[in-house]
Amino acid sequence: MTGEAWTFWIVAPLTVLGGLGLVASRKAVHSALWLAVTMIGLAVLYIAQDAPFLGVVQVIVYTGAVMMLFLFVIMLVGVDASDSLIETLRGQRVAGVLAGVGFAVVLISAVSRAVLPEPVDAATLSPIGNVEGLAELIFADYLFAFELTSALLITAAVGALVLTLQPRARRRKTQRDLAIERFRPVDGDFSAAAGLPTPGVLARHNAVGTPALLPDGTPSEASYSRVLQARQSLASPAQESDDSEPER
Amino acid sequence: MLSAILFSIGAVGVLLRRNALVVFMCVELMLNSANLAFVAFARANGTLDGQVTAFFVMVVAAAEVVVGLAIIMMIYRSRRTASVDDASLLKL
Repeated sequence: MTGEAWTFWIVAPLTVLGGLGLVASRKAVHSALWLAVTMIGLAVLYIAQDAPFLGVVQVIVYTGAVMMLFLFVIMLVGVDASDSLIETLRGQRVAGVLAGVGFAVVLISAVSRAVLPEPVDAATLSPIGNVEGLAELIFADYLFAFELTSALLITAAVGALVLTLQPRARRRKTQRDLAIERFRPVDGDFSAAAGLPTPGVLARHNAVGTPALLPDGTPSEASYSRVLQARQSLASPAQESDDSEPER
Repeated sequence: MLSAILFSIGAVGVLLRRNALVVFMCVELMLNSANLAFVAFARANGTLDGQVTAFFVMVVAAAEVVVGLAIIMMIYRSRRTASVDDASLLKL
């Protein structure tokens, strides 16, 4: 067997295995990983078939960009979103497998009966080199199709943005709104007009987690970070006084 | 041959799975198997046109994935599910 045949018989079963795993695995993440196996296998096969440019593009576009997109969406939708095994249409699974196998048999028999010319080597395929040959074709013979794909890509990008755009739930506060909020308090209390005390004032650290201390040593509630308070990760005042005491 | 097998697996996947994401991945698999056939036939016929076609298929597939995933995200946002069965508003 030639080197190419070895490559084919090693990589092809792996690729088929990836496809089977994609269909058979319950969780979407596992399916995505199996798909990545298939894509890499296909890239190797492209390179083995004198299409190095397509092989590299396959790795970049599919295993890079497309799989990344898939994984992003899976993470957004929920990692453990797995299929339920209940059949909604009775017999759908059996019928699906039967149809698939039948289709495969028809396709394979048709392909195996076809008389193919002897494959040519890379030099006759493109005498000036693969990438150069492809470029000559794309930018000369297929120029119109190439320009169309650029329009298609732009449309797709804009379409994805439009589809996933979410309108703001509330209007964004302008500087004017913020100023009014500060200088027109509801209960006539102007103590916040000069700004709230920043965290860490008079305390040992100026980290956000350390509340500002009032003159009597108690933490000032106005300096609490609301986010940290909700997470309960504020430095406790007791601990604060503990480790500041001996050094002073 | 391998391309035919992969295409069939992809078709079975589209028929069987109900998670829209997995169905989408199976569609990708079918596109890729077609690409493989293009590359193989390009080599057999001794021209590069098959490879150019495969290249264009890849571009279209990338665009299609972007839009499709955006649609899936939108459905998920409004329905809280990614199952194909639940998108049945058009049913009587």
